Amino acid sequence: MNFSIYDFTSFNQWIDQFLRAHMSSFWAVAIEMTIIGLAILLFYALVGLFLVYAERKVCAFMQNRVGPNRVGPYGFFQTIADFIKLMLKELVYIKNADQLLFNLAPFIIIIASFMAIAAIPFAKGLHAIDFDIGILYVIAVSSLGVVGILLAGWSSNNKYSLIGAMRSGAQIISYELSVGLSLLTIIILAGTMQFSQIIEGQADGWFIFKGHIPAFIAFVIFLISSTAETNRGPFDLAEAESELTAGFHTEYSGIKFAFFFLAEYMNMFIVASIAATVFLGGWMPFHMGGWAGFNHIMDFIPPFVWYIGKTFFVIWIMMWFKWTFPRLRIDQLLTLEWKYLLPINLVNILIMAFVVLMGWHF
Amino acid sequence: MNSFFKYFTDIFRAVKSLLTGMKVTGRYFFSPWEIVTQQYPENRKTLKMYDRFKGEVIMPHNEQNEHRCTGCGICETACPNGSIEVLQAKIDMPDGKKKRIIDKHIYHLGMCTFCGLCIKSCPSDAIVWGQEFEHAVFDRSKLTKILNKPGSSIIKDIVE
Repeated sequence: MNFSIYDFTSFNQWIDQFLRAHMSSFWAVAIEMTIIGLAILLFYALVGLFLVYAERKVCAFMQNRVGPNRVGPYGFFQTIADFIKLMLKELVYIKNADQLLFNLAPFIIIIASFMAIAAIPFAKGLHAIDFDIGILYVIAVSSLGVVGILLAGWSSNNKYSLIGAMRSGAQIISYELSVGLSLLTIIILAGTMQFSQIIEGQADGWFIFKGHIPAFIAFVIFLISSTAETNRGPFDLAEAESELTAGFHTEYSGIKFAFFFLAEYMNMFIVASIAATVFLGGWMPFHMGGWAGFNHIMDFIPPFVWYIGKTFFVIWIMMWFKWTFPRLRIDQLLTLEWKYLLPINLVNILIMAFVVLMGWHF
Repeated sequence: MNSFFKYFTDIFRAVKSLLTGMKVTGRYFFSPWEIVTQQYPENRKTLKMYDRFKGEVIMPHNEQNEHRCTGCGICETACPNGSIEVLQAKIDMPDGKKKRIIDKHIYHLGMCTFCGLCIKSCPSDAIVWGQEFEHAVFDRSKLTKILNKPGSSIIKDIVE
């Protein structure tokens, strides 16, 4: 039994063997799934709470303010207080709203982000399910969230909600293309869609360095389009609070509003972790070819720390975008996607294919 | 061909201008000593208000308990919402004439909109802006203040 924080595979096998030794394989699998579900749920709640706090602090520092600093040291318990407040709030009954769809929408959104998180590798062996089409799966389930947004806007019986939902639909359907194509650029380089193999391929250098120019362009495009896909500023037209009060979740209150709020931050976490995994090497430490001593020191840092560090770096960049740029108009938004990002992306894929064909990557 | 070049120059100009904006916010993020927020209740001891801050109307007195108010009542006339009442008194001068002096300069802080017309219109600069801003009291009557201190008199060289 030798467990380490560098490789969770033996730990997982030990749990599996322990369960299978004591019960039938059906119950063993059922209990394993429950454990994973609870672990992800706990992780989800903690990361959601922390991200809301981080967002408020980052926003404050970028605007020369202090941010939350009254509840606990440095305001660290502010989001917990907010969460308790949201739990205690009344769930307002909306007259003439489609009650079934209205109550279903927050769950669809949160389930979509929940499904995406299952395929994300957190560390070696710390990976709920390793599909051989992992990237395709994540793109597919993360775009399910738009169904929830459209349902929320439609069923609220509110013109602002509907406008917000339609904008969100137009935006996500457009930017989904760029997200997919920029990931496709890296799939060409990696030669696989399986997350574990993509990470293994980055053992001797992250793809953003291995694929140099086309990989960097793909990374920038992925950052822009995934910011748009998660409905965050400067692409937050779906909930443009100065025009549409709160967009598609105007009519929601209490815990249902908290679900939308949490899902927004978790979607940001998911796209950031995909960016970290695909472009920045996931949990793979930073290695330089030939520097054995340096690589050895980097190996001492646990993979989970590497993964979290890279993910929060990408999240920080997305927050930096949000608190710097003004909101785009809907026509500017679609111009950016269809006239700029999409053609650049298509040419970029050609360049990457050529680079891989000629063996010009590292 | 021209529009072809414009497409690419547009992209580079856009990136440049976006990076300029990100440079500003990025610099702020990494320089927390530039934070402008005042942490109010904690910094009460060291808090210094600016000279132009309009806290309340006060009437400065010198060491001999003398002020500059002649009791002309122009501030009362200038006040748009009746926050100031000037009560005048008459005293007998040594040469037999009667002179008008201030009896009570009543200032209703609760009604004041801090427009500053009284201070602008005062011919002898008797009232000025004070820096005090913690005006919360439990009784409304405490907001009615008498600005000239008891037993005070006018500085000798003030002429109307």
